[in-house]
Amino acid sequence: MSSTPIAGGWRQSLFILRANRLSAAAGVGLLILILTALLGPMLSPYDPIVSDVPQALQPPSAAHWAGTDQLGRDVLARVIAAGRLDFAIAAAAVVLSFVVGALIGGACGYRGGRVDRWVGRIVDALMAFPLFVLAMAMVAALGNRVENIVYATAIINLPFYIRFARTEVSVRRHATWVEAASACGNGPGRIVTRFLLPNVLPGMAVQISLNLGWAILNAAGLSFIGLGVHPPTPEWGIMVAEGARFITDGKWWLVAFPGLALMLSVLCFNLLGDGVRDMLDPRMRT
Amino acid sequence: MTAPLLRIEDLRVSFATRQGQVQALHGISLSVSPGETLGIVGESGSGKSVTAMAAMRLLDRAGRITSGRIAFRDTDIVAAPERVLRRLRGAAMSMIFQNPRAALNPIRSVGLQIADALRAHRALSAADARREALALLEQVKIRDAARRLDAYPHELSGGMCQRIMIAMAIACDPALLIADEPTTGLDVTTQKAVMDLLSQITRDRHMALLLITHDLALAAQYCQRVTVMQHGRIVETAPPAELFSAPTHAYTRALVAASPTATSTLRPHAAASPIGKTLLSVEHLGKTYADGTVAVADVSFTVAAGESLGLVGESGSGKTTISRMVCRLVDASLGRIMLDGDDIGAIPAADFHRSPWRSAVQIVFQDAGESLNPRFTAFDSIADPLRRLGPTRSREIAARVAECADRAGLPTALLHRFPHQLSGGQKARVGIARALAIRPRLLVLDEPTAALDVSVQAIILDLLDSLRRDEGLSYLFVSHDLNVVRMLCERVLVLQHGRVVEQGTTTEVFARPTAAYTAELIASIPQYAGARVTEAVPTGN
Repeated sequence: MSSTPIAGGWRQSLFILRANRLSAAAGVGLLILILTALLGPMLSPYDPIVSDVPQALQPPSAAHWAGTDQLGRDVLARVIAAGRLDFAIAAAAVVLSFVVGALIGGACGYRGGRVDRWVGRIVDALMAFPLFVLAMAMVAALGNRVENIVYATAIINLPFYIRFARTEVSVRRHATWVEAASACGNGPGRIVTRFLLPNVLPGMAVQISLNLGWAILNAAGLSFIGLGVHPPTPEWGIMVAEGARFITDGKWWLVAFPGLALMLSVLCFNLLGDGVRDMLDPRMRT
Repeated sequence: MTAPLLRIEDLRVSFATRQGQVQALHGISLSVSPGETLGIVGESGSGKSVTAMAAMRLLDRAGRITSGRIAFRDTDIVAAPERVLRRLRGAAMSMIFQNPRAALNPIRSVGLQIADALRAHRALSAADARREALALLEQVKIRDAARRLDAYPHELSGGMCQRIMIAMAIACDPALLIADEPTTGLDVTTQKAVMDLLSQITRDRHMALLLITHDLALAAQYCQRVTVMQHGRIVETAPPAELFSAPTHAYTRALVAASPTATSTLRPHAAASPIGKTLLSVEHLGKTYADGTVAVADVSFTVAAGESLGLVGESGSGKTTISRMVCRLVDASLGRIMLDGDDIGAIPAADFHRSPWRSAVQIVFQDAGESLNPRFTAFDSIADPLRRLGPTRSREIAARVAECADRAGLPTALLHRFPHQLSGGQKARVGIARALAIRPRLLVLDEPTAALDVSVQAIILDLLDSLRRDEGLSYLFVSHDLNVVRMLCERVLVLQHGRVVEQGTTTEVFARPTAAYTAELIASIPQYAGARVTEAVPTGN
């Protein structure tokens, strides 16, 4: 079915990216970051976990581009390996909250009534919490595991998707083309999933892109305060937390490189948002 | 002849768009004398509104006057500094817009808004401004003016909002009034009242009127001269009598032919396929909303197989509600809807999409563009009912889609396009093809041509008429446009406030209306009384 959002092809996407150079640059930057995260561990000559104490705390050099940490591990190898985990956590969390949020929000926006009011109040209550504190509480209660970071990040993102989908669907709910869909024999389920939600997607895509950056920060933040991945595992948040102890001694590279990776990926996701929306909106096609 | 009030010479305007500069006006020239009424008639995209906006230099940021002259009295509008223009606008030349409700500030009472217009150009105290605003409301014949002064736009009807706009426009006694589609979207009786008011005010105050409209008959009825525009050029300018009796340009001839009139029919109704037995029978239908509003009360009618019944009424008459109830998109509160002897009204609207009857009743919506899912291609839109209700094999679906598109006159090459890539007429064809796809027996047509230009409307009406004959369909044709109903329907049902006022054969009702309301409706249709040379059997273009 050509109603799938990406249909229309690469040529169109390229055309839009040409008009949105900043988004294009962000996309390229992200592609490089993700590819490095995927392939990097195979290319890197150093193991990100095994310690090599004699080599500890060396500044960036030809052998160790980003220096070594307090256990003599190559910082660059660890930054690359950490990217895998951080991207995976963020992607999983955002996909989860997007799918669940769009369905709940879509159903509420379409049905209205009592369920809608109750879901709305619960969402309001969720949003009234300081979200990071909520995530901390959830990980602390459920246990210090990667899945739990994903769930916690997904849940704190959920309210935005529910609200967005609900509002956008309820605006379109009385559109003539929804009536037409009903006259063509589509039931409520299909109307929400096949008609209404795809029309809401362009707006949501921006949210997804912004959220991915935010989710990375969130995962790193949880690890930074010790509620997340366990220490030997490379992860940007832990690396910054561990490196912070040495920064007063002038060992800046322990913090700078994971911090830089974190900043760049968040920045790229944020910049990509606008370009993604234009790409998914068929009205931009001429 | 006196010196013209407004003179436009060789005006060219272009707009900056994604595709580069697009020329909207290709050198137009016209003039309006003091006290004269000039109509500018054209279809969408002809540049008539751009002309009006340029005359006040109110083009939006993307638009630019590339060459030409606009002179208002002695002022060179093209070159004048913004400060000079601000003094002119509202005081010497003012404008009223298409959608009065959108043109008014929703959070300010109308009295204050009229006072704003007055105080922008004259030093008046608030009390004096209020007194003058009241006088203006009385001049635009708003009943109970003192009370309406403190009303907000949403508390007033569309016709009343337009009267307020007129009051604001004439507040400073301008010499030129530009009316851009002032009655589009208003009911036909309201349209007549507003136009009568406008022509009386301009006559009394010796004001020049530039009336911009898509309705040739309306312009002919109210204007001394009519200018016809097409594709940013002036095609011809003539007094209405000449325009109708001896149109010199081919486009004017086509436009005159396409405009439905009080006497035009597509082909004799007698030639319609023999009327069969009763297909749809609506008995004592009623609809009361949760807040107690009665939208429809005790409406009964029948539609025979192969017959076309017109449902006529103004906004709020319940005609749209009836069409939705017959389509089973909305539940009725009372009464029965019998289709071929089965009470389809008994199936709740929420479950009707699963009913085997779903494919028997289909609908063509008012605004074709609005009725198509923006993310479906034309093919997907037409295939949608087939996928839900018809054959499941994709080859059969594709064949049927192609067949329906062909029947509706939609080129196969356009099937992969999205709605925004299609013109208004093409979207209407997609909507018709979709309704035909599942081979319904009853087609509900809800103002299917209301959003279309007259020349496209003529083609679509012709298409609908031949489809009915060829496929043996029954039509329930909902419209506010009596001329259109006359062209397509054998019988007509006139509705007012949710009740049937009159019903009968179309010829009978139009020739000898028994209800006063029907007579008023017929009298309100704008029409040019002069001789007509061409009778409308519209031809495609």
